Amino acid sequence: MSATAAAITVSDLTMAYGSFVLQRGLDFTINQGDIFVIMGGSGCGKSTLLRHMIGLMQPAQGEIWYGKENFWKLDETDRAAILRKAGVLYQSGALWSSMTLGENIALPLAHYTSLAPKVIDELVSFKLSLVGLAGFESYYPAQLSGGMRKRAALARAIALDPDFLFFDEPSAGLDPISARNLDQLIQELCEGLGATVIIVTHELASIYAIGTNSVFLDGEKKTMLATGDPKMLLKECQEETVVQFLTRGTGKREVRTV
Amino acid sequence: MHSPRFRLDCSQKGEVRVILSGYWTLQSEPPNPGPILSALVPEVRHLHFAEEGLGNWDTRLLIFLQNILNHANTEQRAIHLEDLPSGVRDLLHLSATSPKQSPSLGANKESFITRVGNRVLDLTDQSIEIATFIGEIILAFMELLGGKRPFKSRDFFGFVQSCGVESLPIVSLIAVLVGVILSFVGAVQLQMFGAQIYVANLVGLGMVLEMGALMSGVIIAGRIGASYAAQLGTMQVNEEIDALRTMGISPVGFLVLPRMLALMLMLPLLCIYADIMGILGGSIIGVSMLDLSLIEFLEQTRKTLTLNQCGQGLLKSSIFGVLIGFAGCLRGMQCGRSALAVGAATTSAVVTSIVLIVVSDSIITYFLYR
Repeated sequence: MSATAAAITVSDLTMAYGSFVLQRGLDFTINQGDIFVIMGGSGCGKSTLLRHMIGLMQPAQGEIWYGKENFWKLDETDRAAILRKAGVLYQSGALWSSMTLGENIALPLAHYTSLAPKVIDELVSFKLSLVGLAGFESYYPAQLSGGMRKRAALARAIALDPDFLFFDEPSAGLDPISARNLDQLIQELCEGLGATVIIVTHELASIYAIGTNSVFLDGEKKTMLATGDPKMLLKECQEETVVQFLTRGTGKREVRTV
Repeated sequence: MHSPRFRLDCSQKGEVRVILSGYWTLQSEPPNPGPILSALVPEVRHLHFAEEGLGNWDTRLLIFLQNILNHANTEQRAIHLEDLPSGVRDLLHLSATSPKQSPSLGANKESFITRVGNRVLDLTDQSIEIATFIGEIILAFMELLGGKRPFKSRDFFGFVQSCGVESLPIVSLIAVLVGVILSFVGAVQLQMFGAQIYVANLVGLGMVLEMGALMSGVIIAGRIGASYAAQLGTMQVNEEIDALRTMGISPVGFLVLPRMLALMLMLPLLCIYADIMGILGGSIIGVSMLDLSLIEFLEQTRKTLTLNQCGQGLLKSSIFGVLIGFAGCLRGMQCGRSALAVGAATTSAVVTSIVLIVVSDSIITYFLYR
C-alpha cells in the first residue's frame, strides 16, 4: 500500500444548515492508520461531519485538510482526485439495487481504471472473498440479508484499495454477532490495506473494540468536548457528558466490548 | 516507477523461492506467472515468497499471488509467506478463510414444467391478491358511507388538487391540440364537398364521445396513476404500510380510498374541461381556415350534441377514474422493497392503466352502440 497516505486535519470547522449551527470550533487530527471514531448522541452532527469530510456538504466556516491539501479550497477536479482515494460505507449500504453485487463492485473499477474485464472479474471475486461473500457475484442486493448487504457494500468501498475508509453507522441494524464480525472485518481490512478509517457510531462495543482515536461531539453545547483514544477517554476524561456517554450512564469507568 | 517483477531461485533442492520487487499496483501490468507454475514440479515441497525492493502494492499483487496459490496444489507442498509484508499475509489469509459458499439462489435451472407450474401458481396468487384488493376497497367504501370510517379530508383535498387543478395546464394543451387535429382531419375531406360546417359536428362528437374522456384518462394515468404507485411503493420500502397494518389500520381504507375517490370525482370534471378545450381547439381551425365564424361553429356543435352523448363521455371518464386509481394503488401496494421495485411499480401502473382504459373504452362503446 501507499506509504505516504495523508492524515486528515479538521481545523476550526463550523457546520450549519443555513442559519442553524450544528457544531462549531471542531479541531482534531486523524493520524495515518487510525481507526478514528466520531461519537456523540443522536442528532449531534456525526453523520453531517462525515458528509463534510467526503465532499457532500460544504463547511460554513473552517477547513478540512487531507495531508497538505485544503480540501474545500480545491477545485472540483482536485477534490474528486482526493475522493478517488476514499471508500465510503453508507448507513443503508447504498448498493445499487438494479445491479448485481459483482456489477456494484466492478463499476468503480471500470470507471477509474483501464483494467481488462477479466482482471476486473478477478478483483471483484477477491474483494467479495475478503468480506466473506465469495461466490455471490450474481446476487442482487435485495436477495441478501442486512448483514450481507453491509459486507457487500464494504467490498464496494474497498474496490479501489482506498487510503481512507469512511463508515456511517456500520453496525446499525445488525444483530450483535454480525456487528462484532463486521467490526473485526473492518479492523482486519484496515490493517491489511493500511487504510485510515473514520467511523461514525454510537455503539460503545464497536468504539472500544476497534477505535484507536476519536472525537466526541456534544449536541447541546454544539461543539466537541474531547478527542483521543476512546479507552483513554474512558479512564481520564473529566467531561461529565463524555463519561456518561462512554459508561452508558452508569459512571463505571470500565471497558465493555460486548 | 519500477514495473512489477519477480525472480525465481531454485538453487535449493525441493524448494522454489519467488522474490518479488517493483510496484504492484492496478496501474501496472503484472508479469506472466508461467515460469513460477512451470517450476512447481512434483518434487518441489516448499514454495517461498519473499520481497526485495517491493514498492507500493495493492490488490494487483494479491490476485497475482492468489492465482499462483490456486494452481500450486497447496496440499502437497508448504507455502511460506512469512517474508512478505504483513498486510499481504493478512489479506490473503482473510480471503482464504472466507467461507466458500455455493449460492443456490438464482443458480438453479428450473425445468420447463416447473416454470409453467410456478407461473400458474403466481397467476393464481395474483388473482387472489387483486380480488382481495377490490374487496377491501369495496368494504372501505361501504364503511365510509356508513360513517364507520374516519376520513382525512385534508389528504383527500390534497389529492383532489393534484389531480384536478394541477392537471389543468397539461389537459388544456393536449385537448386543444386534439381538437385541432380532429378539425384538420375533417376539414380536408369535408371541404371537398363544401360541407366544412360539419367539421364542428366531427370535433364536437369526437371530443365528447371519445377523445375528451380518453385523452384526459391517459394524461391522468401518466401523471397521477404513476405518482400513486410511486408514493405507495416508497411507503412499502419504508415499511410505512407495515406500520399501518400492525396498528390494525387498513392501508386500503387509509391510503387507497381517498386517492380513488379523488380520481373518481375529478376525472369527469377534467373530461368536461377537455371537451370544451377540444371544441375550442377545433374552432380555431374552423375560424381561421374554413371561413366559419365562432358563433356558427359553436351553434353547429350545440345542435349536434345531445345530453345523452355528454353523459356517455362522463360515464367513461368516471370508469377510467376508478381504473386509474385501482391500477396505480394496486401496483404501489404490490411493490417490492427496493428502489428498482418502485420504478417497476410506477411503469407497471401506467401500462396497466392505459391498457385498462383502452379495453374498457372498447367494451363500453360496443355496448352503447350495439
